Amino acid sequence: MKTAALLALDAASARGVTYADARAVSIRNRSLTTKNGRVGHASESESLGIGVRAIAEGAWGFAASADLSRAAVEAAAARAVEVARASARVKREDVRLAPEPAAVAEWTTPYKVDPFTTSVGQNLDLLLKVDAEMRAVGGVTLAETGMNFLCEESWFLSSEGSDIHQTKYSTGAGYTAYAFAGSEIQKRSYPNSFGGQWQNRGYELIEEMKLVQNARRLAEEAVALHHADQCPEGTATIILDGSQLGLQIHESIGHPIELDRVLGMEANFAGTSFLTLEKLGHLRYGSELVNVVADARQEHGPGLGTFAYDDEGVAAQSTPIITNGRFTGYLSSRETAHTIGAARSGGTLRAEGWNRLPMIRMTNVSILPGETPLSLEQLIAATDDGIYMETNKSWSIDDKRYNFQFGCEIAWEIKRGKRVRMLKNPSYSGITTEFWNSMDAICSRDEWALWGTPNCGKGQPQQVVGTGHGASPARFRKIRVGSAYS
Amino acid sequence: MLTREQAADIFERIRRFSSADEVEAIFTGSRFALTRFANNTIHQNVEEENSIVSIRTNFAGRTARATTNQFDDESLRRAVTASEKLARVQVADPDLLPMPDAREALGRTGEAPVAPPSRFFEQTAAITPADRAEVVKGIVAVAAKHKLTTAGICSNSESRVGIFNSRGLANWHHQTLAEISVTMLADDSSGWQKSNSPDVRNLDAAQLAETAAQKAVESAHPREIAPGKYTVILEPAAALDIVGFMFWDYSGVAILDQRSFLNDRIDTELFGENINIWDDAAHPLQAGSPFDGEGMRRRRVQLVGNGVVKRVVYARATARKMKNSEYAAKVGPIEATGHGFPLPSEMGEMPMNIVFGGAENPRGVEQMIASTERGVLVTRLWYIREVDPYEKIVTGLTRDGTFLVEKGKVQCGVRNFRFNQSLISMLSNVEAMSAPVRACGEESFDMVVPAMKVKEFNFTEATKF
Repeated sequence: MKTAALLALDAASARGVTYADARAVSIRNRSLTTKNGRVGHASESESLGIGVRAIAEGAWGFAASADLSRAAVEAAAARAVEVARASARVKREDVRLAPEPAAVAEWTTPYKVDPFTTSVGQNLDLLLKVDAEMRAVGGVTLAETGMNFLCEESWFLSSEGSDIHQTKYSTGAGYTAYAFAGSEIQKRSYPNSFGGQWQNRGYELIEEMKLVQNARRLAEEAVALHHADQCPEGTATIILDGSQLGLQIHESIGHPIELDRVLGMEANFAGTSFLTLEKLGHLRYGSELVNVVADARQEHGPGLGTFAYDDEGVAAQSTPIITNGRFTGYLSSRETAHTIGAARSGGTLRAEGWNRLPMIRMTNVSILPGETPLSLEQLIAATDDGIYMETNKSWSIDDKRYNFQFGCEIAWEIKRGKRVRMLKNPSYSGITTEFWNSMDAICSRDEWALWGTPNCGKGQPQQVVGTGHGASPARFRKIRVGSAYS
Repeated sequence: MLTREQAADIFERIRRFSSADEVEAIFTGSRFALTRFANNTIHQNVEEENSIVSIRTNFAGRTARATTNQFDDESLRRAVTASEKLARVQVADPDLLPMPDAREALGRTGEAPVAPPSRFFEQTAAITPADRAEVVKGIVAVAAKHKLTTAGICSNSESRVGIFNSRGLANWHHQTLAEISVTMLADDSSGWQKSNSPDVRNLDAAQLAETAAQKAVESAHPREIAPGKYTVILEPAAALDIVGFMFWDYSGVAILDQRSFLNDRIDTELFGENINIWDDAAHPLQAGSPFDGEGMRRRRVQLVGNGVVKRVVYARATARKMKNSEYAAKVGPIEATGHGFPLPSEMGEMPMNIVFGGAENPRGVEQMIASTERGVLVTRLWYIREVDPYEKIVTGLTRDGTFLVEKGKVQCGVRNFRFNQSLISMLSNVEAMSAPVRACGEESFDMVVPAMKVKEFNFTEATKF
C-alpha cells in the first residue's frame, strides 16, 4: 500500500504540481444485527484503494482508484492533475496552504481486545441475549440490536515529506425496544439511539456497556410510555441527559464552527453558518458555564474523532471553541487557516475512505464538565419545576444552525426536586445562542461521557464519518417544549 | 469498471471457491466525477472509479454476505470464507428461501415484463473535467450578471449493477446520470435549483442558474411573518422531500414489524381522493435498475388509488411470511413485487421508483399562485426528520427561496419556517397539483412528483433569516 502511495506521488510530481498527497487506505468492517430473536443482517466487508490530491495551476484536483496496480495508480495521479488543471479554469485566487512540518509517524488506536479476534458466534450470542431480555417484556412488539466493528489502516504520504501510517479501530453497539399499541409507536434505546454507543476502542467497549443488564428496564420503559402523559406545550426548565446534550453540541456548536461552512464552501448542501468571521473572540455563545473544546488528542479520550494525524498530515490538537461562554475558535484546515489569521491548521481534515476528498470534520467537540461536584440526581434534586429528557428521537436544525428542534424518547416531570411522572413524546426547540446562554448548571466529571455519533453526513458526494462529543447532563432555563406536537 | 463478461468470469471463480449450498454475487461499479463550486470558484473537483462484489452464501436457512473491491483469487477466497463463516454460526431461519432462478425472477407466469427504456447515454459518460468546468463557468457568469455568489455541483457518472446466482440467474444494468445543483446567494437571501437525468441533454444549466438567481433576488430582505397554518405551494423538489419520508412504511416487513403507519390502515381512505401513487421502475422519467436485491424484476405497483392505500411491496420471503400471518386478510394483494433489498436484510423491501398520478385538471405553479389569497411558496425543504411514526408527523425547515403570496401574487421573501406536519393530513389537504415531473432534492430519493398546493400546512416557528 505504501508503495502505491509513493508511485502516486512520483507520478503527480512529474506532472508539475506544486503540492500532492496520496492516501492508500484499507478498510475492514463487520456489521451484525438481530431482530425479534433472529439474525437480521450479518456481513463483513473490505475496501482498498488510493486517493490522490494535487494542486496544479493553483487549484485542487482529486482522483481515486481501487486498482492498486502500477499503471492504475499512475493513471489516477495523472487524472488528479488533469482535474486540477480543469479547476483552474474557474478560480479567483490560488489555493494557499498553511505551513506544516513534515511528519513521519506510526500510530494505532489503543485497544485491549482487537474486535475482529472475537468470534461472530460470540457477538451474535450477546445480541440475542439482549433481544430475549427485551422480548420477555409483554407489550414489546419489535426488538432490534446491532454491533459494528471498523478497522481503517492508512498510509499518508505528501510531496512535502510526510509519511504517516495510522490504524484506527472503532467499535459500536446498541439496541431498541419498540411497542406498538392503539395508534402509537413508542421506543426506547440503549445506551443511545441510532446505533448505540461508539468509540475508537476495541471489544472492551462492548464488555463495559452492560448491554444485557439494561435490556429489560429499557423494554419496560418503552411499554410504560403508552400509559404516560403527553409532554406539555409551553416554556419550561429542562435537564438533558449526556447523550442528548452530545447531539445538541454536534448540531448547534460542532457544525456552525466548521470553517468551510462559514466561508460558504458548503452553501449548496450542508449550508452555511451564523458564526461569521467577525464573531470570533466577541460573540457571547453561551453562559459562563459553557466551555467547549475540539480535541482530537488521545488524552481527551477514545472518541470517534480521536487520531494522531488528520488526513492532510496535521497533528491532533485541542482547540478552545467556547471559553467561559465566549466564542474562541473554529475547526480549520491548511487551506482555510489563513482566513482566521491562524499560522497553522487546527488539524480537522478527514475523509470517509480512500475514495473521498478530506474535508473539515468535527473531531471530539465536547463540553467540559462542571468543576463543582454535581451528580444528575443532585441536579434533579436542585430543580423545583422542570422536565428531564433522555435519549434522542429526532433532530433538525436550519442551514445556518440557528433554529433547532429535538425530540427525545422519554422524559420525567420534576416537581420539588423529584421525578413525579413519566412524559411521552418530549420535544424542545430554540435558537442556538439563546439556548446555550440559558444553561445554568452542568454535572461534574463523574457524569461525563464521550459519546459517539457514527453517522455525520456532509459534502458532495456525501461523506459519513464518526464524531465524538463529551458531555454530562446539564440544565437550561425558559426553553420552549412540546412544539413538535403543537 | 467491470464488464458483464468480466463479472460472469469472477462469479464462476467465486462458485469454485465456495462450499455453500447456494451462492450469489452482486456487482456494483461506477466511474463518478463531481465538480463542486462555491464563492464563484471551483473549490473541489473529484473523480473516482471503483467496483465491488458482494457475495452471499446460503446453507440450509442460514445466509450472510461479505464484500470486497479486489478481484484477485486471494481476495475473492477471503470474501467467500468470511461470508460462509458468518452464515454457518447462525441458527437456521425458516423464512429464508432458496435463491430465485431466472424464470422466477421474471415474475408471474404469462406476464410480459415491461423493460425500462435504455438509461445509458454516451453523451453523459463522455463528459470531461474541462466540460464540467465550462458548465460551472456559465453558472458563475449568471451569478456575476445578478451580482450574486454561487455554489453548487456539476457531476456525471456511469454505473453498472449485476446479480448472478448459482441457480442460473444473471441480470445486468448499465446506466449514466448527470446532475446539476445551483445555489445563488445574496446578502440576506438565496435561491436554489437542482436537476438530474441519465441523459445530460435533458439538463439546462443556464436555466437552472437563472431561476435560482431570480429566487435569490426576489426573496431579498425577507420579512418575518408569524408562524401558523398556511396554504403552501410546494414546488416539486419540496413535495418529494417531505412525502419521501413515508415510503419506508410501504413495505411488508414494516407491517409485520408493526413499525408502519399503514398498520390497520390498508384499504382505508387515508388521503384525499386526488392522490394516486405508483411504484414504477420502468417509467420513462425514472432511473435505476429494473431488478431488486435478489434479481427479481421490479413490477409496477399501485400503492394509493384515489386516496385509498391499496397495498405495500414485498420481497419474496416477506410475501410468504405475510401470507401466513395474522395480517394476511387486511393488507391487500400479497405477492413478491421485486422491491427487496439485498439479503440478509432486516428492512425487507421498499418502493423507490415513486410516480405520482397527475390531477384531472393540472395547475402550474403560476396558476396555483394566482388562485391563492394568502399563502407561502416553498422552493426547498431541509433537515426533515420523523417526529411521530404512526401519525407520520415530520419536522423540518424551508430553505433557499420562501415567499409570501397574497392576492394571487408573490409579494416578497419571508424568513424561513420550521414545520411540524402530519403527512396523512397533508395528503388529505392537497387542493391542486401540477403535471408530475422528474424531481430531485436532498432529503429523499428522486421521484416523479407534481408541485402541490396544500391547505393548513403547519408552520410552528420562524428562524432568524
